[in-house]
Amino acid sequence: MAVEQQDLKLKANANRGLSQLEGGFDLLGWDEVTQGSVLPSFDGDASNVAFQKAEERSYSGYNSYTATVASWRVLKPVFNIDVCIDCQNCWVWCPDSSILSRDKQMLGIDYDHCKGCEICVEVCPTNPKSLLMFSEYADVGEALASWPEKKKKEKK
Amino acid sequence: MAITSIKNLKEFSTNNDRFEGAHTLCPGCAHSMIVRELMNCTDDNLVISANTGCLEVSTAVYPFTSWDTSWIHIGFENAATSVSASQVMHKVRKKKGTLKDNDAAVKFVAFGGDGSTFDIGFQWLSGAFERQHDFTYICLDNENYANTGGQRSSATPIGATTSTSVAGTHSYGKKEKKKDIVSIMAAHGSPYVAQLSPNKWKMMAKGFQKALETEGPCFINTVSPCCTEWKFEPKDTIEITDLATDSLMFPMYEIVDGHELNILYRPKNILPVEDYLGAQGRYKHLFKPEYKHIIEKIQSDIDTDWARLQRREEARV
Ligand SMILES: Cc1ncc(C[n+]2csc(CCOP(=O)(O)OP(=O)(O)O)c2C)c(N)n1
Ligand code: SF4
Ligand code: SF4
Ligand code: SF4
Ligand SMILES: [Mg+2]
Repeated sequence: MAVEQQDLKLKANANRGLSQLEGGFDLLGWDEVTQGSVLPSFDGDASNVAFQKAEERSYSGYNSYTATVASWRVLKPVFNIDVCIDCQNCWVWCPDSSILSRDKQMLGIDYDHCKGCEICVEVCPTNPKSLLMFSEYADVGEALASWPEKKKKEKK
Repeated sequence: MAITSIKNLKEFSTNNDRFEGAHTLCPGCAHSMIVRELMNCTDDNLVISANTGCLEVSTAVYPFTSWDTSWIHIGFENAATSVSASQVMHKVRKKKGTLKDNDAAVKFVAFGGDGSTFDIGFQWLSGAFERQHDFTYICLDNENYANTGGQRSSATPIGATTSTSVAGTHSYGKKEKKKDIVSIMAAHGSPYVAQLSPNKWKMMAKGFQKALETEGPCFINTVSPCCTEWKFEPKDTIEITDLATDSLMFPMYEIVDGHELNILYRPKNILPVEDYLGAQGRYKHLFKPEYKHIIEKIQSDIDTDWARLQRREEARV
């Protein structure tokens, strides 16, 4: 069964993609910045962020959350929710905060921040794995349709 | 303080990351795994400082910040200084009642690479520990000056090739033994020092929480494999830490109040150090016949150190 990769409608998606560098922002040059400058991570009150999910936060345009490193990838991990047991191994070891876990469930991959390192695939314990690497240009539906069968234990 | 539940990974995963993606660390870099783990260990406000190094340059690329907390960077060597000054300022302002929220719990944390911790920032680190500031210092030990092209540091082990200890026909790589930073920091009279590894996420989280909860300066050395300079595939970062902890190249232990040593992890099957060395390009040359004796030396050093740790655990000295 094909699954939506990203069920989460991340609020900041709209201004992802270095929009600030494309003219959304009036930036001082590196030689114009004055000492003691502060780049706020959030617009407005930031006292509660530990208790807010990403989609509930008001990220400022200075927060790297609003940027993307998607172009670093050659291969991308594809997530198959049907095999996943929500162990959260991928969440704890992803170096790029790109595993979208909510309420103890793994929901998908944040493709704006994933660099395609493949660690999540390595640490996934299911058989077959719930995450596998495909070409960046692979169609997710087709990738899921080609998912391998459960591997039998080899007889010794 | 508000520590988060680390009972199991599912509960731990309900924490909301305060370290954001689109930083520019290499794919597979362990630095960010360790930082995420620390930040997910507590719900308290955090004031974090960083020495110059891969973590600092990659998470503060103008005009972006990857930190959802207060974060300060001054120079290569003084994360300990800037965070201890912040901690004193916070203490004084709390006393005077001039903080915006006088009741909010705040924790102070400094991150430094091994170059800045073992070498260039050591004087500042030592000073902050002697002054007994209430903060936690975490060393991201990738055993080289990664951010400037992989020079040797006093954390680089014997036999590793680096850009300033190049292995070849006349050299097996670095000649000197790695500095025992954990003992050095314990000797400062620190109430809590430890060495931890990200593959054992729960032990690492437990150690971080202990350090955050303990009053006074706490030090944690963390193993942070660097795929770029250690020469392995980015996907293998956790596998490399497994080999590191199970070969006892990186034993996990803590020292409380300078003398009470507890071993935190005893591998069921202790792996030969060849397994760890063989998985990384920086030790490839050691497998040539003329340098095999260096592998034997590394193994015998590990055996001696492990015996010493066990004796210290028993003796409580
Ligand atoms: C006083 C000073 N000396 C040297 C440098 C150049 N420098 C910047 S980052 C770096 C390497 C940092 O190595 P380490 O602390 O191990 O951190 P890593 O990048 O390996 O995480 C060096 C030498 C500097 N910025 N300041
Ligand atoms: S490939 Fe790497 S960056 Fe992408 S989700 Fe997996 S672990 Fe995270
Ligand atoms: S590691 Fe695999 S099984 Fe575990 S939560 Fe991630 S995708 Fe699911
Ligand atoms: S060079 Fe090493 S430490 Fe630096 S970002 Fe790359 S993997 Fe991480
Ligand atoms: Mg280093």
